[in-house]
Amino acid sequence: MSAAATPAPTSHPTDGPLRTLDVSGTKPIPFVRQVGVELRKMVDTRAGLWLMVTIAVMTALFVVLLFIFGDNGETDQRTFVNFLGTTSTPQGFLLPVLGILLVTSEWSQRTVLVTFTLTPRRGFVIAAKTVAALVIGLAALVLAMAFAAVAAVAADAPGAFDGFGVDDVAKFGLLQSLGVLQGLAFGLLFLNSAVAIVVFFVVPIVFNVLVNLISWLRDAAPWIDLATAQQPLIGVDTQTGLPVDVALGAEQWLHLATATTIWIVVPIAIGMWRILRSEAK
Amino acid sequence: MITVEGLTKTFGDFVAVDDVSFECRPGRVTGFLGPNGAGKTTTMRILTGLTRTSQGSATIGGHRYADIPNPGLHVGVLLDASAQHGGRTGREVLTLGARTMGLPSSRVDEMLELVSLTPVEAKRRVKNYSLGMRQRLGIAHALLGDPSVLILDEPANGLDPAGIHWMRGLLRDYANRGGTVLLSSHLLHEVEVIADELIVIGQGRIVAQGTKAELLQTAGTYVRAADSAAIAAALETNGMTALPSGDGGFRSDAEPAQVGKVAAEEGIALVELRPADGAGLEEMFLQLTAETQREGDAA
Repeated sequence: MSAAATPAPTSHPTDGPLRTLDVSGTKPIPFVRQVGVELRKMVDTRAGLWLMVTIAVMTALFVVLLFIFGDNGETDQRTFVNFLGTTSTPQGFLLPVLGILLVTSEWSQRTVLVTFTLTPRRGFVIAAKTVAALVIGLAALVLAMAFAAVAAVAADAPGAFDGFGVDDVAKFGLLQSLGVLQGLAFGLLFLNSAVAIVVFFVVPIVFNVLVNLISWLRDAAPWIDLATAQQPLIGVDTQTGLPVDVALGAEQWLHLATATTIWIVVPIAIGMWRILRSEAK
Repeated sequence: MITVEGLTKTFGDFVAVDDVSFECRPGRVTGFLGPNGAGKTTTMRILTGLTRTSQGSATIGGHRYADIPNPGLHVGVLLDASAQHGGRTGREVLTLGARTMGLPSSRVDEMLELVSLTPVEAKRRVKNYSLGMRQRLGIAHALLGDPSVLILDEPANGLDPAGIHWMRGLLRDYANRGGTVLLSSHLLHEVEVIADELIVIGQGRIVAQGTKAELLQTAGTYVRAADSAAIAAALETNGMTALPSGDGGFRSDAEPAQVGKVAAEEGIALVELRPADGAGLEEMFLQLTAETQREGDAA
């Protein structure tokens, strides 16, 4: 049937006594290799690849829109920072989806059976997925910066690169990372693509409704709402793409830390706890 | 090589695996046989660290599965051939496995050739694969790391008779080179063709285990009459057992001469009367699982 030789098992026991398996010469799977595999899993299906392409196309589209409409004749808003800021809207929606699918596709397609038999250390696998998600977030940031730079140079608005520092890049990177991690957190929490995505998009809507109805909630919003807490980071409302004027001081960092704990750290912790003790079906 | 001792797994009040103990030796293909829901899959999932035990232990070569570094290099596992991302190509599925284990991509080509998946088939997405092709891909995946132990859950499911014959040759060859194989099946015929040793399980308990030769050796008599009900009734009236063997005949513990005498006395015309040796595992399987098999769950 096949000319290929059957693989020779590594041990050569004789029939008889039960043998033990010598694993002393086997090295554990390196973390970097696992991260590489998790990254590959994100682009080796049509769905994963198209999500990546969509992120790139949407990022470019928002930059182009600002390029066309950013100059109203009086002030030219087409600066590098504004171009970068406008990419936060599409990326803010799509990167979390990527984070969600990174986790949930393993459960919906049941490949978790294979993943956890090849790498039984489940925490190790989730850590590798987290790093893979952050790598993608970083790649999205680099892409956004490249598009913004090209657009800013082309627009040639007065002072296009003024007031821009390394800290802005860091803050923008932090925003993208938080987005990806929030998706990952929701994915881990629900282990179901549809539920995680719906909840991710419905929660801010519900929150906005509640904020308008309950006054004390409005005051608490920066502490408990991640989107509100993130606004000072880049001076842009990530949901509308409109500039907001908020300073970024110690209190704002506290807001961010609190909201991050509620929406990212706690869901990841609960999700991890569940995955570590549950049956991998 | 595989040692399971006093293994028990309960889900709430349900006992899925009940005090199961067995061993699988190198050079042998061990068949794990039982009706659906008997506890085969749960046992294999515990063996591969996917499910926790309630009691007892399951080790491979003296190690808990989770303690084996890069386990794919030591233990080849196929638990569910359908548990693959439908959007990946067959080649990609193997590539992911090879990368995780740190193997060169040439290994992927070798395995594809071994399981007779053509380059064209390997480029197709798994969702377009038949169950038989998925099983071949799963076998290829299990063998990627050149392991010395194979754990395969229902690997022959979906294979045609030629495929089952192929798998028998593959696993026979693998075992002859010193490999240890544990494979499960709910179909007697598959196991009878492929395995050397048998573990028969029903409702979480082991009901028989031994070599195929030992289990095939049955004493007693096989009898078949034109009137099945009459011969069964006659045997029972005379204090002899009459177990249906699935083809209209019956197996009895009594000697052929005694059965013939009863038939003559009762005036029942026999179609067949002979010693029951070589009657096949089918009879044993029906017998062993008849009482434990769930209603309507045909094996």
